Amino acid sequence: MTQQFESWGRFPRVSQTVKTIRWRHEILPLDNKSNILPYGLGRSYGDVCLNDNGLLLHTRQLNRFISFDEDTGLLRCEAGVSFAEILQHFVPRGWFLPTTPGTKYVTVGGAIANDVHGKNHHRAGTFGQHITQFELVTSDGQRHICSPQNKTEYYNATIGGLGLTGLITWAEFHLRPIHHRAIHQQMVKFANLEDFFQLSAESDEKYEYTMAWVDCLAQGDNVGRGIFFRGNHVAKDQVKELIPNWQPPLVQKLPEVLRTMPINLPSFALNSLTVKAFNFLLYHKQRIPIIEEFVDYEPFFYPLDSILEWKRLYGTNGFLQYQFVVPYEDHQVIRKILQTIAKSGLSSFLAVLKTFGELESPGLLSFPRKGVTLALDFPIKGEKTFLLLEQLDDMVQEAGGAVYPCKDARLSPRHFKAYYPQWEEFAQYTDSRFSSSFWRRVTRNVT
Amino acid sequence: MQKVLIFGATSAIAQATAKYFAHDGCHLFLVGRDTDKLQMVADDLRVHGAEQVDYVVQDLNEFSKHDLLIEQAEQDMQGIDAVLIAHGTLDSQQECQDNYAATEQTLRNNFLSIVSLLTPLANYFEQQRHGCIAVISSVAGDRGRQSNYIYGAAKGGLSVFLQGLRNRLAASHVCVLTVKPGLVDTPMTRDFKKGALWSTPEQVGRGIYQAMKKRKNEVYLPSFWWVIMKIIKSIPESIFKRLKL
Repeated sequence: MTQQFESWGRFPRVSQTVKTIRWRHEILPLDNKSNILPYGLGRSYGDVCLNDNGLLLHTRQLNRFISFDEDTGLLRCEAGVSFAEILQHFVPRGWFLPTTPGTKYVTVGGAIANDVHGKNHHRAGTFGQHITQFELVTSDGQRHICSPQNKTEYYNATIGGLGLTGLITWAEFHLRPIHHRAIHQQMVKFANLEDFFQLSAESDEKYEYTMAWVDCLAQGDNVGRGIFFRGNHVAKDQVKELIPNWQPPLVQKLPEVLRTMPINLPSFALNSLTVKAFNFLLYHKQRIPIIEEFVDYEPFFYPLDSILEWKRLYGTNGFLQYQFVVPYEDHQVIRKILQTIAKSGLSSFLAVLKTFGELESPGLLSFPRKGVTLALDFPIKGEKTFLLLEQLDDMVQEAGGAVYPCKDARLSPRHFKAYYPQWEEFAQYTDSRFSSSFWRRVTRNVT
Repeated sequence: MQKVLIFGATSAIAQATAKYFAHDGCHLFLVGRDTDKLQMVADDLRVHGAEQVDYVVQDLNEFSKHDLLIEQAEQDMQGIDAVLIAHGTLDSQQECQDNYAATEQTLRNNFLSIVSLLTPLANYFEQQRHGCIAVISSVAGDRGRQSNYIYGAAKGGLSVFLQGLRNRLAASHVCVLTVKPGLVDTPMTRDFKKGALWSTPEQVGRGIYQAMKKRKNEVYLPSFWWVIMKIIKSIPESIFKRLKL
């Protein structure tokens, strides 16, 4: 069965054969020739979840919980379980994920393979750091239980290993206790990059979750203006203020069909004017310097999840995400990059800025490292979009930074190898029958 | 519904439905053929909040074991409030046409084994005067088509049987629910080409749970299949017989 399985950015389009795995004790459905790649919910943006002309192993039916310890919060579950399913079940019981990316529609396996991070990176590090053990099935039929103590080299290679070391069938990690589903949030308006860095430095100590939205079309003195979000889980003594009147947001209760972006917008819908207007309004909507409020965890962590299939905003051409990290000391790189984007006239609908903390992931190929990270998205407007991003690649490389594979669809082998000099060490642990469009692209030999 | 008995508990649709009952804190009794799979499903349902999960490995083709099985479930849970019958097979139409033994097996798997289970169960519920019996039939039973009329005949027979049973048990306040799923992406249909009409076991499972809660009589899942089957059933036989369906 050949079927179109997309990544979230809908670029590139590839053709692949899809096989489904439904039980964790099944053997891998390998054939004699094709290589294989596990696929979860397809929320990575580029081609790390695609396998052109190969097999794609659909893992979503591995969606069973295995055990949960009410005392310690230790959860063991199959790798196709989604964060949404974990939250739906455990938030009412007073537990939350150790860290979460900006969408809850990711699988546990995908979260490990991309070693995802969240707004609490400065406190909690990456998701992979919380994994106490997992099972890895390799193409020779062997099952390896990997942990920081056991088969460490496979543990390290698989975290952030982009699904290339084998199939993760189940994983185990601690959930963290919470007192209430709400978040105590502050939204702080800031006028430029300097203010962002100052806010970030003072917030990281007091707030578990921090990130900022940046108006990346602002120029001149306004470069880097935006809104800083910081928040904590509601404290025990705050719960009384909220209960029993707290209602999760109404949008969650709407039927799916009303929450789904129904059609692909035409590709001209997101142009520099509409994006400029959107970013202008977003910035100026907040009239006062600081808004302090309680918000539900859903809009706090997953604002975009309230519109299902929001990728359709970008039309059928798709879009490119670009996320990089550069060392913290060098504020000027971020400024230069923002200026370059503003000048190019190519617009990023949403730009998200965050500082990463010092916690280092065990993942050999992990992206997060101490520094500042900026995430951008660009509708694909032909060659000039690709040229701009290549220009940014050079600037990131010069600053000693790296670009996030999970969001990439176009990085050159030269840049990838510069960002991840450990790639050859990592390659030793990849399974000979596992591959992806991404991996073939960034490791191909260029003459 | 505190005590739920599920036949064919490792089927994708049964698993998806059972999660909702587990979430409600029900006591579940599972019947399936594969110990490993039953164990995985039971673990999952426990974490999902089931008060207790028991299971028994039994091939439902052994009709002689049915009475004992139901007795055991009734004793282990100290009663049965709801039952979901979800086992079944989709055999090759061609094989059935070539070989009566295959046809008979299809009828046994998808019709007779369920009638055999429902005979003692119906008497049990009739006496108890409350409860819910949900059975997975199929849209295939709504009209015979050349591509799968043996399976369709089994499901059609089943749907009629359930209609009669519903009529009989109405006086005892027992709900009999006929579930008619359309095309669902499960192991049963792994060799089919999937398109826009296909739904997931999760969608169907949610629909079954909700229909059982609302004590419905018959439900098409997803609901648009009601429209499709309305149209298919309305085509005059003189035309229908010439269609390649």
